[in-house]
Amino acid sequence: MSTRLRELIRSVRACKTAAEERALVAKESAAIRASLKDAEAHYSHRNVAKLMYLHMLGYPTHWGQMECVTLIARASFPEKRIGYLGLMVLLDERQEVTMMVTNTIKNDLKHRNHFIAGLALCALGNICTAEMARDVAPEVASLLHSKNSYVRKKAALCSVRIVKKVPDLADEFVPGTSELLSDRHHGVLLCAVTLALELCVLDQAHVTHFRKHVPVLVKILMSLIRAGYSAEHDVGGHADPFLQVKLLRLLAKLGAGDADASDAMSDVLANVASNTDGSKNAGNAILYEAVNAIIGTESVGGLRVLAVNILGRFLGNKDNNIRYVALNTLAKVVAVDTQAVQRHRHTIVECVKDSDVTIRRSALQLVYALVNDSNIKTLAKELLDYLGVADVEFKSDLTRRIAQLITKYAPDRRWHVDTMVELLSKGGSYVAEEEARDFIVLITNSPELQGYAGRALFRAAFESEQHSNRFQLSAVAAWVLGEYGDAVVAQSTRLQGEVHTVIAEADVVKLLESILGDYHAPTAVKQVAITALAKLGTRFKTQTSAVRGAMGKVGTSANVELQQRASEFCGIFDRGPALAVPLLERLPPFVMKSKEALHGVAGRGKHEGTAVHSAPGGGGGTAGGVGDLLGDFAGLDDSVPSSAAAGGTGGGADLLGDLMAGYDATPGYAATPTGASVDPLADLMGGVSMQPTTTATAADPFAGGAAAADPLGDLMGTGAPLLAPQTRPQPAADPLADLMGGIAATPAAPPPMNAAAFDGAPPAATPSFIAFAKDGVEVSFVCAKPDPMDPSKTTVTATTVNRGGVPLLGYVLQAAVPKTMSLSMRAASGDSIPANGTVTQRLDVTNSQHGTKALAMRLRLAWNAGGAAVVEQATVDFPPGL
Amino acid sequence: MIRFLLLQNRQGKTRTAKYYVPMDDDEKHQLEFEVHRLVVNRDPKFTNFAEFRNHKIIYRRYAGLFFSLCVDVNDNELALLEAIHLFVEVLDHYFSNVCELDLVFNFHKVYQVIDEFILAGEIQETSKKQIMERLYELEKIKD
Repeated sequence: MSTRLRELIRSVRACKTAAEERALVAKESAAIRASLKDAEAHYSHRNVAKLMYLHMLGYPTHWGQMECVTLIARASFPEKRIGYLGLMVLLDERQEVTMMVTNTIKNDLKHRNHFIAGLALCALGNICTAEMARDVAPEVASLLHSKNSYVRKKAALCSVRIVKKVPDLADEFVPGTSELLSDRHHGVLLCAVTLALELCVLDQAHVTHFRKHVPVLVKILMSLIRAGYSAEHDVGGHADPFLQVKLLRLLAKLGAGDADASDAMSDVLANVASNTDGSKNAGNAILYEAVNAIIGTESVGGLRVLAVNILGRFLGNKDNNIRYVALNTLAKVVAVDTQAVQRHRHTIVECVKDSDVTIRRSALQLVYALVNDSNIKTLAKELLDYLGVADVEFKSDLTRRIAQLITKYAPDRRWHVDTMVELLSKGGSYVAEEEARDFIVLITNSPELQGYAGRALFRAAFESEQHSNRFQLSAVAAWVLGEYGDAVVAQSTRLQGEVHTVIAEADVVKLLESILGDYHAPTAVKQVAITALAKLGTRFKTQTSAVRGAMGKVGTSANVELQQRASEFCGIFDRGPALAVPLLERLPPFVMKSKEALHGVAGRGKHEGTAVHSAPGGGGGTAGGVGDLLGDFAGLDDSVPSSAAAGGTGGGADLLGDLMAGYDATPGYAATPTGASVDPLADLMGGVSMQPTTTATAADPFAGGAAAADPLGDLMGTGAPLLAPQTRPQPAADPLADLMGGIAATPAAPPPMNAAAFDGAPPAATPSFIAFAKDGVEVSFVCAKPDPMDPSKTTVTATTVNRGGVPLLGYVLQAAVPKTMSLSMRAASGDSIPANGTVTQRLDVTNSQHGTKALAMRLRLAWNAGGAAVVEQATVDFPPGL
Repeated sequence: MIRFLLLQNRQGKTRTAKYYVPMDDDEKHQLEFEVHRLVVNRDPKFTNFAEFRNHKIIYRRYAGLFFSLCVDVNDNELALLEAIHLFVEVLDHYFSNVCELDLVFNFHKVYQVIDEFILAGEIQETSKKQIMERLYELEKIKD
């Protein structure tokens, strides 16, 4: 026995609990299923209606979908209608069932009764698939010419759906659309304009086609404006605003990029813009669209002024909706006419503080676009104020934008420093590391501001001690205080008008200690702090013991990284100032990169294997042959120019390498997408021996000047007495060698300190073999097992020799290994090979199936010889036993 | 283009949902939930627009019912807001003083009204008179 739909709804509503409702629905579903099974034809429309209801309540109804298909095929209108309704509600275009109705729909499209044709069109418009679209396109296109307006308008919108699904079919509908554009029926006209708009969006060729209709469209629009009151289409005193809006939209599309068409419509646009009454929403909708059309087309100046004035009026409107559209449209105008928008700056900035998040968001976007050299100070202040109260979801984007704007428009560096410090203290952890790094780069390059910046950061860090998101600020402050601690405390660096702060050496040390003692601070920040502390230990003569004390405390830290580092620093201090002072020397200024250069480096860094790649040889760019020798030396040693890389080979036992390289392992601080050459923090880490530039011509801070005090010089000097004995005082080398001997107690010895031993360094190096040789380019591999305990790891040193007479430019070596192995490639020692020159590159391979599968590798080499690009591929035959 | 139309009451019960883009049932429920949460707490002074995923929700509240349209970002918000009003006027006429219960018991008729007003995500007819005439004609065929 079947209940009526109304009964079902009533009983569902009467259910007091969800469980009761579920039970009722289950019972009813069973009844419907039984009824479907018994094929009770006279109930099937009722069943489908109930299914729709259950579907709306969120219960599964897929088992009844077929019933819709049956109903659609019936002859009577009510049954067909409920069938189509069910089809649209219960199904969507992705279900296979829709395939089965194509035929019925096709027949119904041709039905004499226009209501049935209407039903079929409606269903098509809502759930038509690409295949269906192909099948029925001719029928629908012919219905565009139907005598009945009801069918015509439905067919037009149905065509919109069809051309969206299958853009290839668009041409079939173009003639019909053209005809409909002069239809007298408002509904049909509206649908025709919609269809024309869709066709124009799909293909620029259609835009050209429909341009010839501009006069007709203009006439229709004009008659709508001039028309007196007609009850049928009137909304708030405007004749059919929906049609007006659509017409304006189509005109904007047709006028864009075409002066003649724009000219033809300028009169009517001016008419709409000046005669439409903006006191009601409908009128504003039309005005808004008219403004869009004026901006979008090639309008003359006067018209544009009119449009911007309308937007200005909108901005002053009390209705938030109107203000919102004004903000959005101004954002479009700002690209073409900034001056016009600048006039409304104050109102826009007010909107940033609106209580409505939708308004705030739009206003913010607009403010970003409005910033320029002349107003950066006021707007940055407004934005920073807003940062304090902004929603959490806005903050990271906001801080990034503010930092970008500051960098781009800062009038002077002092202001830049002030604002960045404020950003760091207000934006907290929302400030991206990249911005923090850029800021540090700026400070290193502004000697006159280092003390000032340090004091400002000190104050900010001191004040924000209780904030939960202060760590980005702490990191930057610790770094700057560590580097420029002496300038911070020196009164001589005070600038005019600076807030008077007297900072004692003890205060700075205390601040760093408090960061180190903070349980919430991330390890990365503490690592910066401990290095800073170590640096201050050599600079603040009065604080040496305090620093030692703090180091000692960290030396018992549960964090292995910190503990090790603290112990190492203690070790360095124990050796006395002869070692500590040069080692903890201030870093040279980092190279300031313009944004473009940054991107360039990032792009190149992509196909270089590792994040840390300092230029080998680049570090030794002293005048004359020494640099070259050093470069060669570095090149010989499987391209491990930096102690960072050395730390890798030394299995963690190498004190110096670790000290420097340890930072590389710090999550988030070293692995930078832009590459290490512009990464000050990574430099800090690799710092003492890495030169942050890839160009050998750049000024070399290590080699230029005090060689004895130069840690790189020491490191290299100890290793290369043969190469440059005259420039490398021996005493400087001794403590370091001592230190190595003293602390590195692991059998896996650090890279030995003389050139002779260096050659023998890889413990189990195999003789070299040729991996690739062609056209005078020869790649030889030397394989070594860096870790005797783990035979799965292999270090391959690839040396490319150019035996041809032509220098090779843009040389790139790429390698691929099977999935069972992992490969990491270090940077090559260069990207060009002069005739008879060499380039080396280190590859670390880990074979997870060592013993069962031999090493395998494919190489891809690319270079440019004498203007011709060459790409070669080769498979490497490794000698057995690897 | 209109992506979907929702009629929800203040408690978040969906009274009518019409989708013009294909979506899974789970997705639909999630979406209805999210839209309700988005609009229900907004102050009446606020805009009637809210950003939603990559689209925009245009909504309007009539007594305890929220009418929400999800549209493309570059659609004319003000015109669509007017469209919601027109739709409500049609419903009001059709059910003569519409109330939530009318929509509950006659949900299939609401779909018919929608189908006469919007098709394929675009507005089809803007004359209240014409829509009403069509609806009455359709009623007559049924009997």
